[in-house]
Amino acid sequence: MKEVVVISGKGGTGKTSLAASFAYLNGTSVIADCDVDAPDLYLVLSPEIKRLEPFKSGRVAVIRKDDCIGCGTCMDKCRFDAVREIRRIGRESLFVIDSFSCEGCGVCVRLCPQDAVDFPGRICGEWMVSETRYGPMVHARLAIGAENSGKLVSIVRNEAHRIAEDLNISCVIIDGPPGIACPVIASITGASMVLIVVEPTLSGVHDMERVITLTEHFKIPTCLCINKWELNPQIAGEIKRGAKSAGATFAGMISYDSSVTAAQNKGIPVVEYGGPAAQDIRKVWQNIEKRMESIEAPAAIEA
Amino acid sequence: MIVAVASGKGGTGKTTIASNLAVCLPRPKRLLDCDVEEPNCHIFLNPEIDTTERFTLPFPIVDETRCNGCGECSVMCRYNAIVTLQSKHLVFPELCHGCGGCVEVCPENAITEGQREIGSIHTGTHDHALFVQGLLDVGQALCPPLIYAVKRHTATNGITVIDCPPGTSCPVIAAVKKCDYVVLVAESSTFGLHDLRLAVDTMRKLNLNFGVVINRVSSADRQVAEFCRNEQIPVLLEIPEDRKAAEAYSRGQLLVDVVPGFRELFDRLCERILAEFHHS
Amino acid sequence: MKISISSQGWDLDSLVDPRFGRAAQFLIYDTEASSFEVISNSQNLNATQGAGIKAAEIMSHRGVRVLITGHCGPKAFNTLKTAGIEVISSAEGLTVAQALDKYKSGQFTTSNSPDVKGHWK
Repeated sequence: MKEVVVISGKGGTGKTSLAASFAYLNGTSVIADCDVDAPDLYLVLSPEIKRLEPFKSGRVAVIRKDDCIGCGTCMDKCRFDAVREIRRIGRESLFVIDSFSCEGCGVCVRLCPQDAVDFPGRICGEWMVSETRYGPMVHARLAIGAENSGKLVSIVRNEAHRIAEDLNISCVIIDGPPGIACPVIASITGASMVLIVVEPTLSGVHDMERVITLTEHFKIPTCLCINKWELNPQIAGEIKRGAKSAGATFAGMISYDSSVTAAQNKGIPVVEYGGPAAQDIRKVWQNIEKRMESIEAPAAIEA
Repeated sequence: MIVAVASGKGGTGKTTIASNLAVCLPRPKRLLDCDVEEPNCHIFLNPEIDTTERFTLPFPIVDETRCNGCGECSVMCRYNAIVTLQSKHLVFPELCHGCGGCVEVCPENAITEGQREIGSIHTGTHDHALFVQGLLDVGQALCPPLIYAVKRHTATNGITVIDCPPGTSCPVIAAVKKCDYVVLVAESSTFGLHDLRLAVDTMRKLNLNFGVVINRVSSADRQVAEFCRNEQIPVLLEIPEDRKAAEAYSRGQLLVDVVPGFRELFDRLCERILAEFHHS
Repeated sequence: MKISISSQGWDLDSLVDPRFGRAAQFLIYDTEASSFEVISNSQNLNATQGAGIKAAEIMSHRGVRVLITGHCGPKAFNTLKTAGIEVISSAEGLTVAQALDKYKSGQFTTSNSPDVKGHWK
């Protein structure tokens, strides 16, 4: 089984448009949207949801108002600024937990002299298995303010791997999250190939350097492509050279093309819609396939 | 007054808005770049950085000579960062969130805290105003503590602009928490509308005042503007799709400096934000 | 001596669970008594992070000397090793009974290192 993960240091560089196009070009794949914080792939692939599961992770502290004696131990001991004091006239203060700030460490639960803090499990979002025209799709939605969760990303990815094995589908295509922290790390560890999408801007270069350091750190074969290259041909040239010297395979340049947004608004992959960018994306995919043929099968992921 | 610039997803123009806004606002002012995974304001503002400090988080160190092997620490730890194996201990600093629970519960006072580095904070000036940015080390996963540390530089007078991380999860919450006003930047497209809905939901749940800047507006596509009208959300500014602006951005230039008409656009945005804030 | 096998089910005919930290159950076989008990790992399945570390700690507290599973990551491996537990991570695809027989007849090779990369949370 081969697995391509599309990422970018910076958001909004065209990851989702590319991932959707790859799904179209590959015929049948298992598709996973690991950008659980801003999952947009479903807008292009119109999945039909077959299965919906809650995503439970960690716990959250809740103070029972009636049992709180207002000692403030919870507030003193909380290192995450998650306890609010409500002052009351002629009575002791009341303390409440701001669930958005609570890290679920349980310190207040353990140290409350009245045992007045409950510690229920937390529902942090949901994940889904769907069907699309291009194969099964696994996607998710993290609840607002939830832990920036690599765990949900791992669930989505593992489910995609499981489906690929069950249905004997040889390719998994992953729309990854932006950034370099926990969700990205969870999306790429053990993948057979990472494609970094960059725009030829100074910010793009800055973020790309950080993300290449990350893929090197985890020793994952890396391809790179430039989106909207005409924005700054000079920087595009520098990125191309920089990518090669950093050990990444250069997979191509994609035109600045209004049909990308038009395809998005129509809810279909760019390559299905057509235009100059569509031609470029086909070439990028061919280069990725070529690069993947030269790589041995990836190690299994610990689940 | 603290103004946060945020968006439901990355690449909508958050940093562009934050940095151009920061130069147009009257002094006293300061800019805090809290997008610690990918801080980019410095590219546009070229601040002079005069101090760089490493940022650390605590993690437990067990004094084996005092430990009685009771295992209270590993029962306490929700992050599985410390385990007790008969008489031995193992600590995984990279899993530790620094809650201090193990130190609190150890009956033998055998646990002290060391510090591990997870990023750095750069402080300097641009346009005679304070500039601060947080930068998470590559390979680190935990952003909120670094974001809070950058936010400690918030001014008590004047205006503090905060460039937030993208999305709606915990780093964003850390960045927008306790801000007086949030500017949500949305791209005028189908993806843009979808992500704006999520961001609006988040702001409403957090009870924050907010308005929207619509970026890369083409006359053909009015879906984001219509959404704002239906939801009675103030549209602070519409920035037209402009190839010149995209090119200036690619070179790391401030739009207000090089693209005709943008200085006026951002001056208007400053006025709108100040008015919205005083209005609320 | 106690041998623990990560298991997808509750008896000797169950398949070995290829996962260690997030295995469904552990079947702990006592070679002296020729009996076994099965413990649920459900609490660990919902751990936000470090499930393998916690599972290794449970093995240590149960007095397990040998662990047989499918895959074992670096943190779990390190913890098991520190606890003095022998790790065998090549039993994927076998039933629990087959894995036990294979162990008793000395056909397994002890793992000297984690066989999968670490993953986050």
